[in-house]
Amino acid sequence: MAEKQKRHMSQKLKNKLSNGLIYTVLIVVSVIWLFPFFCLVCESFRCESTHQVGYIIPKVWGFDNYINLFTKTDFLIWYKNTFIIAVFVSVIQTIMVLTMSYTLSRLRFKGRKSLMNIMLILGMFPGFITMIVLYKILSGMGLTGANSVPGLILVYTASSAMGYYVSKGFFDTISRSLDEAARIDGATRFQVLTKVIMPLSKPIVIYTILTAFMAPWGDFMFAKYIAHNTSRGMNVAVGLQNMISTPSSLTANYTMFCAGGVLVAVPITILFMSLQKYYVEGVTGGAVKG
Amino acid sequence: MSEYKVERINLFEDLSDFDYLRLNKFQALLYKFIKVIRVVPKWFLNLFVLVGKYIKKFFTYIKDEFVDIYTTFVYGDWKTKMSFFIMGFGSIARGKVLRGILFLVFQVVFIVYLCFGGIHWLSKFKTLGDTKASTVYDPNLDTYVRVDGDDSFKIMLYSLLTIIFIIAFIWTWRTNVKQNKIMEDILKSGKKLKSTKEDIQSLLDEQFHKTLLAIPLTGIMTFTVFPIIFMILVAFTNYDAAHDGYSNLFTWVGLTNFNALFSMNIGSDNLSFAFGEILSWTLIWAFFATFTNYFLGMFVAIMINKKGIKLKKLWRGILVLTSAVPQFVSLLYISKMFANNGLANGLLMEWGFIKNISGIIKFWGVKEIARTMVIIVNVWIGIPYTMLICTGILMNIPKDLYESSQIDGATAFQQFVKITMPYMLFVTGPYLLTSFIGNINNFNVIYLLTGGGPSNPALLTSGGSAGDTDLLITWLFNLTTGAESKYYLAAVIGIMIFVVVSSISVVVYNVMPSTKNEEDFS
Repeated sequence: MAEKQKRHMSQKLKNKLSNGLIYTVLIVVSVIWLFPFFCLVCESFRCESTHQVGYIIPKVWGFDNYINLFTKTDFLIWYKNTFIIAVFVSVIQTIMVLTMSYTLSRLRFKGRKSLMNIMLILGMFPGFITMIVLYKILSGMGLTGANSVPGLILVYTASSAMGYYVSKGFFDTISRSLDEAARIDGATRFQVLTKVIMPLSKPIVIYTILTAFMAPWGDFMFAKYIAHNTSRGMNVAVGLQNMISTPSSLTANYTMFCAGGVLVAVPITILFMSLQKYYVEGVTGGAVKG
Repeated sequence: MSEYKVERINLFEDLSDFDYLRLNKFQALLYKFIKVIRVVPKWFLNLFVLVGKYIKKFFTYIKDEFVDIYTTFVYGDWKTKMSFFIMGFGSIARGKVLRGILFLVFQVVFIVYLCFGGIHWLSKFKTLGDTKASTVYDPNLDTYVRVDGDDSFKIMLYSLLTIIFIIAFIWTWRTNVKQNKIMEDILKSGKKLKSTKEDIQSLLDEQFHKTLLAIPLTGIMTFTVFPIIFMILVAFTNYDAAHDGYSNLFTWVGLTNFNALFSMNIGSDNLSFAFGEILSWTLIWAFFATFTNYFLGMFVAIMINKKGIKLKKLWRGILVLTSAVPQFVSLLYISKMFANNGLANGLLMEWGFIKNISGIIKFWGVKEIARTMVIIVNVWIGIPYTMLICTGILMNIPKDLYESSQIDGATAFQQFVKITMPYMLFVTGPYLLTSFIGNINNFNVIYLLTGGGPSNPALLTSGGSAGDTDLLITWLFNLTTGAESKYYLAAVIGIMIFVVVSSISVVVYNVMPSTKNEEDFS
């Protein structure tokens, strides 16, 4: 009896120890993960110098960097550009992706398998090589440089249907008997989509909109190439990177860059955290179903 | 003396279960390894058989088509026969006016385009232009004016468009012939043809997929398929800034670019060496980036998921929060943080780890440190995402597996190795593959952190320099945007990335236990 109790106690102690260890690790992890953002925010409020320094807490706090950002740079234009792009992309891409994934998931037609295979193969080419041609064509249409916003929207959305995997995985999980029941009741396939499937698809619609909206804020490669060093045509990523790309501009603009980073990160993070539930659902679902 | 004599087991043959169990641990491992190696030739054989099958299928298809076209013509009535020359004639004659007119309009447009442009462009496709632009003295204006010559880029672009147009025409013509036959058969059997209204209605029902796919597929064709075909062609030319096609023509060079990439002579331009170096680093990077993220992410997920750990939502929230911040903000900030005069060195100096300015750590300046740093930072970027994925899957592992193993006295570590790991690997196989491929093309992390640096003089090619952390994709970007704009080289590298990615995918798909069965859910 005592033996058993002793073992039970040691088990409990062991458990407590391991939990304590895990808490320590989790706290360390959280600190490491939050540390850069803490520094970023602090540095964005630093007024005594604009270059990089060896301490975190500013000696003089103030909004100078934010004010300079709006008065001395094209930040507002970049921000506006990115926002317009993000809105259009989220709408168009969502429609594209959902139609493609719905079609591939629910409808059966000749050539469906080969279509999926072709898209798989196309996806193995690095997306950037298409840019050289697209750039020439877009610049012929006058959609590069200062006018790069419509050009970028086209580039982002036109082939976006190729990213149908996650939402197809979602549609695959909706029971087909629902479709069949509606079909027996005389619904056309169009009605099945609008009246049966769409109401059930809220999570995946929100997931698709969210990811589509966030992507343009982070894209660098296409945006840099299409904007082609024209400040008015840049998105925030390219604009801010451009601001600190040379050593001298880094010294002059570093804290301003931090302020810009905060201004981009805060709204996106709030949006993301408020829709986190849907994002998590999409990510976890998508990985399992491929 | 025992009569039972132990035979030497040949590990190179398929063993029976009984023989397999007699092997010791090392032999068993060796046997498994040999078994994997032995199937490699089989894959290639299968691949060739598959390709052969497709080729055969293609030719039988072509043959069937011709036979069908021939019989349609011979046995068809005069309306059908006329449709062979005037598209849509049969449709109009049989009362389907709208459809017929669409066919006819397409034919007219096609012929007009071919006469007034298509043939002109196609005739120059073989050379990509022969007259250079030049400046000629104009006596009227008393100055030199530019006389436009050929533009190789336009020639290639419009020729390709023409070819696509021709293929589209042949396909439409074939559809037109097929429809005539169908209409004829329907009328012969005494039924009535569908009205135009019914046709349009069917686009929302039986033909709904055509309506839905029309726009997405047009987008993919014009913005992905067409540019990819174009760039594959560019790989066989000498298109770069010096031969931009406009002021100086570019032309076909055959396989020269590919030869340059694979030739072993180390001369002034050691392209093959640079390619080899960058490719191997790309693969090393992709391997470490994928698996460090995977295992550490899983580790974090397991810790948070453990029974008895409180505030699960908070821990998860903190990690997810960091992945919400756009990557360029966090990556650029970290890149500056670890710069020579950045925060990290500053803090180390303040805390006394570094005595003076000459002791600073050049995080991005030394090959080995820079390479380690990008992998570490990538862990920082990637763990929240993997953590989310793993959390979802971990919750799905049947709990009774753990309970029964605990009764059998398994330790936590054993549980991890024997239950968690196999289950995770089985379920996340496809994710691992896509994440590996994603890392091969991970432009943001490398470009924003190091810009490819530290630059390595050994990797200096005439196309532009490359650094120790450059991946193929960032190299490609630099080649394209650099002063010399070596488009042809970028195209070749793009093709090579495709070759690498597709061969890895083929191998992995063959090794992976097939987890994907589409119809499973329905």
